[in-house]
Amino acid sequence: MKYALLLYSDESKNPDYTTAEGAAEMEKWFLFSQELVEAGSMMAGEALSEVETATTIRVRDGKTITADGPFAETKESLGGFYIIDVENLDGAIEWALKIPNVGYGSVEIRPVMEFSDAP
Amino acid sequence: MSVNAIDVAFRAEWSQLVATLVRDLGDLALAEDVAQEAFVAASQRWHQDGIPRRPGAWLLTTARRKAIDKIRRDRRFEDRLPILAAQLDDVDDPADGPRQLADDQLALIFGCCHPALDVDAQVALTLRYIGGLSTAQIGRAFLVPEPTMAKRLVRAKRKIRSAGIPFAVPEGQVLDERIEAVCGVIYAIFTEGHASTDGVALMRGGLCDEALWLAETLASLVPDNGDVRGLTALCLLTDSRRAARTDEAGQPVLLADQDRSLWDRDKMDRGFRHLFASQTATARGAYQLRASLAAVHATAPTYEETEWAAIVRIYDTILASGPNPIVALNRAAAVVERDGPEAGLSEIDRSNVDGALDHYHYFHSARAEVLSRLERLDAAHAAYDKAIETCDNDAERTWLQERQALLSDAR
Repeated sequence: MKYALLLYSDESKNPDYTTAEGAAEMEKWFLFSQELVEAGSMMAGEALSEVETATTIRVRDGKTITADGPFAETKESLGGFYIIDVENLDGAIEWALKIPNVGYGSVEIRPVMEFSDAP
Repeated sequence: MSVNAIDVAFRAEWSQLVATLVRDLGDLALAEDVAQEAFVAASQRWHQDGIPRRPGAWLLTTARRKAIDKIRRDRRFEDRLPILAAQLDDVDDPADGPRQLADDQLALIFGCCHPALDVDAQVALTLRYIGGLSTAQIGRAFLVPEPTMAKRLVRAKRKIRSAGIPFAVPEGQVLDERIEAVCGVIYAIFTEGHASTDGVALMRGGLCDEALWLAETLASLVPDNGDVRGLTALCLLTDSRRAARTDEAGQPVLLADQDRSLWDRDKMDRGFRHLFASQTATARGAYQLRASLAAVHATAPTYEETEWAAIVRIYDTILASGPNPIVALNRAAAVVERDGPEAGLSEIDRSNVDGALDHYHYFHSARAEVLSRLERLDAAHAAYDKAIETCDNDAERTWLQERQALLSDAR
C-alpha cells in the first residue's frame, strides 16, 4: 500500500541547519532517504520551504482570493512529505519512527487512495 | 439439539473461526459475514443432525464455501479464490494446525487492539470479534444505543481496511508495546464491568466475565509475558470477591465487612497461578504489583488479620515509579489499619497534594470513615457531605447517605 508521511513541526523548534549540529541533523535526513530508496519503498519525498513563504488560493463566486500564509495557522506546520510503498500500516509506522523530526515534531500517516482500473 | 448447546459451540468457536477466516481472506468485514452465515447454517443443520464431532472444522469449511460464493459474485478478493478452493478439500491442512490457530487468534487480537484505532473502537472490536458479543450486547454493556455502537464498529472496520491495519503478530521490540496496548484494552473492559462510574448498577458482571476470558486466552497465547500474567492474576483475584462486594439490595459492601466465605476460591487459585508465573518475568509491572495487593487480601482469613505492612510496602513500590495521589490515598488507607486512625488521617490528608483529590469521592469518604473512628463526628459529617456531593455512582451515593445517617444517630 502507498502511504503519505506528512511531516509536521514547530518551525521555531527545528534545528538550525546552518550550524555544525544542524549539519549533523541534516545528515540524518539524507541517511533516512537513502535507506528508504535502498529498501525499494521510496516513491517520492520533498522538504518544503518555511510556512511564511506559503500562499493560499481560493476561488469564491468566480473570484480569486489570494492570501499570504498557510491554509491554517497552527503551532506545527507541514514541512515536508514522503510517499512510500509498504505492505501495511505497521510497515508505514516502522518508517515513520525513523524520521528525524519524529522526536520534536510529528508524522501524520495517510494512506494514498487507490482507484481501481475497472469501470 | 438445544439452542443452548449451539450457543456454547458458538462461544468456543467464534473467535477462532473469525481469526482463521481473516488470515484466509485478509478482510475483517468479509470474514465476519461468512462466519455469521456459517453459524446461521449450523443452527439450522445441527438442530436436526446434532453437533458434529469437530464443530470448528464444520464451521470453517462451510464459511470457506460461503466465501467462495461471495467472491465469485464480487471480484474484489479474486486473488484469494485458489487458496480457498485448495483449503476446502483439506480440513487437516497444516495451515490449520494448533500453532497456526494460536497465531491467527493472536493476529486478530493485535488487529482489534491496534493503537491506530480509537480506544473505544479497540474495546468494541475486541468484544465483538474475540469475545463474540453481539453489537446489541456491547451497546448495552457500555450504555450506548445499539445504532451508535453499530456505527462505531462500522467506522472502525472502515479504518482497518482503508488505513491498511494488519492482522499480524508484530515482531521485535514493537511486540511488547503492542501487548501492553492489548492488556490496556482488556483491563478497560474489566474495570468498566467492575465499577461503572455513572451507571445505576455497581457491577456489570458480564463485562468482567468477558475480560477474564480474554485475559486467560491471551495468557495461554503469550505465556511468557509478565504483564499479561500480572493482568490475568489481577482480574481473577479482584473478581474472586465479586459475590461479596454487593449485598442483596445491590449496595456495595466494604472489604472489612465482606463475607469471605463468598469469595470464589477457584478464581483465586487461578489468579495465584498466574501471579506465580508472572514472577519469572524480569520487570515487576503495574498489573503484577496490583495483583500482589489483591493476593495479600485473598490470603487474609479476616480483615483484621490482613498483612497491612505488606500492603503498605507494595504501595511504596508502586509510588517509587512516580507520584500518584490515588495510589497515595490507598496507601494511606492501609496505614490507617497498620498504625491506627490518628496516624492514618494525616497520611490521608497528605495524599491530597495540591487538591488533586478534592473531587474524588473516595478521598472524602476515607476521611469520613477515619474521622468517625476518631469520634470527631462533626468533621466526619462534613466529609460525608463532600463525598456525597462528588460521587456520581447512584448505588455508592445511597450507601454514603446511609453511613452519614448512622453518624447523625450517634451525634
